[in-house]
Amino acid sequence: MRKELFAGLVLPPLTEASPGADDALLAALGPEFERATRRRLGRSLAIREVDAGSCNGCELEIHALGNAFYDLERFGIRFVASPRHADLLLVTGPVTRHMREALERTWTAVPAPKWVVAAGNCACDGGLFQESPACLGGVDAILKADLRIKGCPPRPVELLRGLLTLLEAAQR
Amino acid sequence: MPLTHLIADQYPVTTAPWPRFRVDRESWSRAAQTLASGEVSLVSLWAEPGQVHLALLDEAASPAEIAILSLACPEGHFPSVGAHHAPAIRLERTIRDLFGLEPAGAPDIRPWLDHGQGASYRFLGAEGPGLHQVPVGPVHAGIIEPGHFRFTVHGETVVRLEERLGYVHRGLEGLLAGAPLDRAIRLAGRASGDSTVAYALAFARAAEAALGIEAPARAASIRAVMAELERLANHLGDIGAIANDAAFALMLAHCGILRERVLRTADEVFGHRLMMDRIAIGGVATDLTGAGLRHIRALTTYVRRYFPGLVQLYDRTASLQDRTVGTGIAKPDLVRRFAAGGFIGRASCRAFDVRRALPYPPYDRLAFEMPVRGEGDVNARVWIRILEVEQSLALIDRILERLPDGPVATSLPAIDGTGREGVALVEGFRGDIFAWLSLDGEGRVARCHLRDPSWFQWPLLEAAIEGNILADFPLCNKSFNCSYAGHDL
Repeated sequence: MRKELFAGLVLPPLTEASPGADDALLAALGPEFERATRRRLGRSLAIREVDAGSCNGCELEIHALGNAFYDLERFGIRFVASPRHADLLLVTGPVTRHMREALERTWTAVPAPKWVVAAGNCACDGGLFQESPACLGGVDAILKADLRIKGCPPRPVELLRGLLTLLEAAQR
Repeated sequence: MPLTHLIADQYPVTTAPWPRFRVDRESWSRAAQTLASGEVSLVSLWAEPGQVHLALLDEAASPAEIAILSLACPEGHFPSVGAHHAPAIRLERTIRDLFGLEPAGAPDIRPWLDHGQGASYRFLGAEGPGLHQVPVGPVHAGIIEPGHFRFTVHGETVVRLEERLGYVHRGLEGLLAGAPLDRAIRLAGRASGDSTVAYALAFARAAEAALGIEAPARAASIRAVMAELERLANHLGDIGAIANDAAFALMLAHCGILRERVLRTADEVFGHRLMMDRIAIGGVATDLTGAGLRHIRALTTYVRRYFPGLVQLYDRTASLQDRTVGTGIAKPDLVRRFAAGGFIGRASCRAFDVRRALPYPPYDRLAFEMPVRGEGDVNARVWIRILEVEQSLALIDRILERLPDGPVATSLPAIDGTGREGVALVEGFRGDIFAWLSLDGEGRVARCHLRDPSWFQWPLLEAAIEGNILADFPLCNKSFNCSYAGHDL
């Protein structure tokens, strides 16, 4: 164990340069977001993630944001355990009928001002599950998404770019 | 030969590579009793409108054998298998929910995948002085899939755990019905994101069996490389996550680096980090280039150098061992009865691996060790994964050493207007994935059934947690790492 800790002290960090904000995503953000975030967020963003019917592919990549390469927390972004602590709901999956209530209740529990980000094709528009009677479609079927990050699943760097875009917009 | 004995004098249907037979109610019930006796194992139980199917495995035969029994239910019911053999209960509840066929004499007819609208669900009771319930989920504190756990505890000790799943029911099998093959394999690859290669492989193999074609040798090898990379990525991630659930975050940080390196290599070589949509029917969508080969070799070299230090770290940290040794024991007899696959089975004496028992190319020509342990605790499951990481590294190297030349896909035959059927069993990182597929006369999917290994692992988690403290649940749960999406479909 001592060896592992020591190695951590002498080896260079793996963390890579920030991907920066995405202009297209930035343009897609509503003016309402900009107004409210400036006061609220500063340089910190607390995210509650909800899997509303994902195959788990998106969750795997969201998890990866925490590893040493992306090191999400250096940007002030962190995942929280309770919706009560969150500024933002990050939703994945083609919202299933069975997750509708849980998603609504989680959203209700987030204190205002609050935002919704759809992560992955399924959450953006239902993806491959658009026609399933067991699914309701993208997040928009239940909540209005403020930002959509496409991909099946989006790569961690794409997720990171989306989240940094939010922070960027908040700082303007 | 229990399987041939069960299906004597019944009516064969054309399916490949294992036989399917239309049976009468008597043979169906006899099969249920044979399952209960332990002579054969349950592979899956599923339905289509008006009939039910039962896939059985004879592990003792050499090589292992699979047979499928089908029973027509013109009156809307069939003799319950779950009445004799508990692993069938949840599958029967699903059949009742999705197809309206009644398992006559079933011990449990509560809905399973259908949550209904506003109807209340009756959890099983556990009452007594000092007992109370702790409901958890479907939205959990971490970034994980949704499911509900109802714990009954006495102080810290878990007396009963009951799972309630189905939250991520996306109607996948319903979407598969009527889908053309190219769309269907994309859907199958999204049954469970962490096993996308294994699911696509199972689907492709079932389709190829139905069409009477075989992927070229080079494609089979590339498929196996992808499958082993998937196993590697999942095991590395989970070993770290299990340690993290015991508050040993250092291990997660290091394992996370290794996992990320595997995913990046997959991205560079195959164009997708999780390798989604890289397996096609008849072969693979992406060939391996010389540069790809070098990337993969560099990865295995790197993991080989880095990983032993982490194994030592795991094995020599007493505070971590204190949490994993003796925790969450899955008893071997229960594991055998449920025919639980993967590292859960192999950590509890069940020496079953499809790559060995019913090998498909290229595994039929590759030697590798199948680690088996008997303790069945969290530590044993971690160790099986550690040893499987080493086996996967060795397998990848060996496959690359003798990578055949030639095409990476074979063309699909013309569809002649008749329906065809195919079956496949594939070893995913979590265990055996079963696929049954029937094609209509135009080459579209008429009906497809996919069975995740988790069906027979989730119930064991309920048993394994009993008598442990509530705080050890995350540790037990992660060491099982059952799939929600693959189960709920």
